Amino acid sequence: MNPVETSALLYVDGVSVSFDGFRALNGLSLFIEPGEMRAIIGPNGAGKTTMMDVVTGKTKPDAGTVLFGGQHDLTRLDEAAIAELGIGRKFQRPTVFEMHTVWDNLVLAVKQRRGVFTTLMARMSGAERDRLDEILAVTRLTELRHLSAGALSHGQKQWLEIGMLLAQEPALLLVDEPVAGMTDAETEQTAELLRDINRTRSVVVVEHDMHFVRALGVRVTVLHEGSVLAEGSLDAVSANERVVEVYLGR
Amino acid sequence: MLPPRFFTARLIAGWPGLLFLLALAAAAILVPLSNLVLPPSSPWHVPTHLVVLIGKWLCYALLAIALDLVWGYCGILSLGHGAFFALGGYAMGMYLMRQIGTRGVYGHPVLPDFMVFLNWKELPWYWYGFDQFWFAAIMVVAVPGALAFVFGWFAFRSRVTGVYLSIITQALTFALMLAFFRNDMGFGGNNGLTDFREILGFGVREQGTRAALFAITCAALAAGFLIARWIVTSRFGLVLVAIRDAESRTRFLGYRVDRYKLFVFVVSAMMAGVAGALYVPQVGIINPGEYAPTNSIEAVIWVAVGGRGTLVGAALGAFVVNAFKTWMTGAMPEVWLFALGALFVLVTLFLPKGILGTIRARRRQPAAQPQAATSPAPAPATAEQGP
Ligand SMILES: Nc1ncnc2c1ncn2[C@@H]1O[C@H](COP(=O)(O)OP(=O)(O)OP(=O)(O)O)[C@@H](O)[C@H]1O
Ligand SMILES: [Mg+2]
Repeated sequence: MNPVETSALLYVDGVSVSFDGFRALNGLSLFIEPGEMRAIIGPNGAGKTTMMDVVTGKTKPDAGTVLFGGQHDLTRLDEAAIAELGIGRKFQRPTVFEMHTVWDNLVLAVKQRRGVFTTLMARMSGAERDRLDEILAVTRLTELRHLSAGALSHGQKQWLEIGMLLAQEPALLLVDEPVAGMTDAETEQTAELLRDINRTRSVVVVEHDMHFVRALGVRVTVLHEGSVLAEGSLDAVSANERVVEVYLGR
Repeated sequence: MLPPRFFTARLIAGWPGLLFLLALAAAAILVPLSNLVLPPSSPWHVPTHLVVLIGKWLCYALLAIALDLVWGYCGILSLGHGAFFALGGYAMGMYLMRQIGTRGVYGHPVLPDFMVFLNWKELPWYWYGFDQFWFAAIMVVAVPGALAFVFGWFAFRSRVTGVYLSIITQALTFALMLAFFRNDMGFGGNNGLTDFREILGFGVREQGTRAALFAITCAALAAGFLIARWIVTSRFGLVLVAIRDAESRTRFLGYRVDRYKLFVFVVSAMMAGVAGALYVPQVGIINPGEYAPTNSIEAVIWVAVGGRGTLVGAALGAFVVNAFKTWMTGAMPEVWLFALGALFVLVTLFLPKGILGTIRARRRQPAAQPQAATSPAPAPATAEQGP
């Protein structure tokens, strides 16, 4: 593979993915600069989640280039290696470890070496404890720390997953539909939380909720049938005829 | 669970663990004492056949804990753990065979009887070293561990899971059974290894040796329990359960699931090997029947009955089911397999968490309920309280 000159933290170029002949991604190109937050919108089945699957190593693309930090070829790495490079992900359907307590979920996520012997010998350090306490406070889960994650409400699970992302301290966060199932107030708080996270990290957010996307106030990419339909400010893409036709106008 | 700050607190936390260790300590002292010191007429005398029987169950309990470690905590349903048990047993059996020496039927100083019978002139290379106890003791853990490593390396790397994995573990033990049945394998064919005389210079059939083996088995079970408990209460243990419940999610957190599975599978196989090695001198024989797929399935049932994901439960299950089996095979031997099947169905339907899992859930419920009712209080929706 030829090295690509790019300043982008996440460089996705000409990526195609087919499932049994169906093209879920079709020459998708997307560039996320360091420190950027990007919102991705698009109709159901546009390929938003598939794009995240490709970046995190769950799905191997048929064609195209996916680079992290300009040098790591993500198409050649597995999920664990990509996570260790510093890419964290929140799933569309909240997936927390239901049998574990809220606290243990965060302990699992906390940034540390992931080797067998490291975790066998691991002891909670004071700094780690403080960090997790802080995350509990930020995600409003302090009171629920001893509750098993399976007992949380949908919205609380979403927050726990965001908390786990924070504990991982990734350089890039991929956040798939974070406010599904949240009240308006919670949606607002989540937007604020993500803006805050974005001060130190790059973020890619997929979301259908237009109020939320507006609250984020960042550059928007519209996906349709596996490729980029439009890109720009929310106002600009909202004015785009094609976007209105395939997505917003429905 | 207690904060894992104190090493010891972490290991014996909770009444089942404490009770279990106390019971083992008491048994290790009192049973041999009563067997050796009290006269047979005393109502407190434990007859030797009972010492042997319970000693056997203790070995099964260790196998159950080993199985629970992979199945209950990591979701690897091994239907071939009996193979590791039997391999450990054969390693010990080979040592015991070589201790027979000239006292065999044919009086050959080196070759075990069955080899003389087969007209073999020389000891096969893989029997070398087994005249030394230390060598055999290493093999007891090394052989099951190596097999588990090779097997796990391929299976876990290629992400074989669920039913497929269970089936190939079953195939593994079945293949070993067929292999060990063959005379030319050099493990005594279908007769297996038996007629043992001495272990470390003590007669295996002597009352004192049996009592000592019993006490050692208690200690081994306690050690196995503590090792397993140490593993499952560590951060490693958190990862194990995470793998069990959401394997792919665990990968996205950066954990190499295959290595975690491999590690715990190998540890578990070694533990099963030790259980088998302690079993053989007590029952006095090891034959290919120990590889029978039904043995491995029975072990799974012990764990299911006792409560998977609870170490004490697994050991308890081994005891309960085997006590039931002993009674059943005495009273009506022909229905035992049906009874076992029925037991499994009943437990699956009415006691899905097993004995200890159910007790644990009962005890937690009253405490957890009021908390759960008040906890999902919605966060105050003021922007000032945001991040
Ligand atoms: N593993 C898979 N096998 C087959 N088809 C798949 C697979 N994953 C995704 N698809 C298909 O690819 C298309 C894109 O799916 P994707 O989940 O990426 O859409 P999305 O943009 O995230 O949609 P939504 O807004 O509903 O979450 C869909 O038509 C989906 O059915
Ligand atoms: Mg999606």
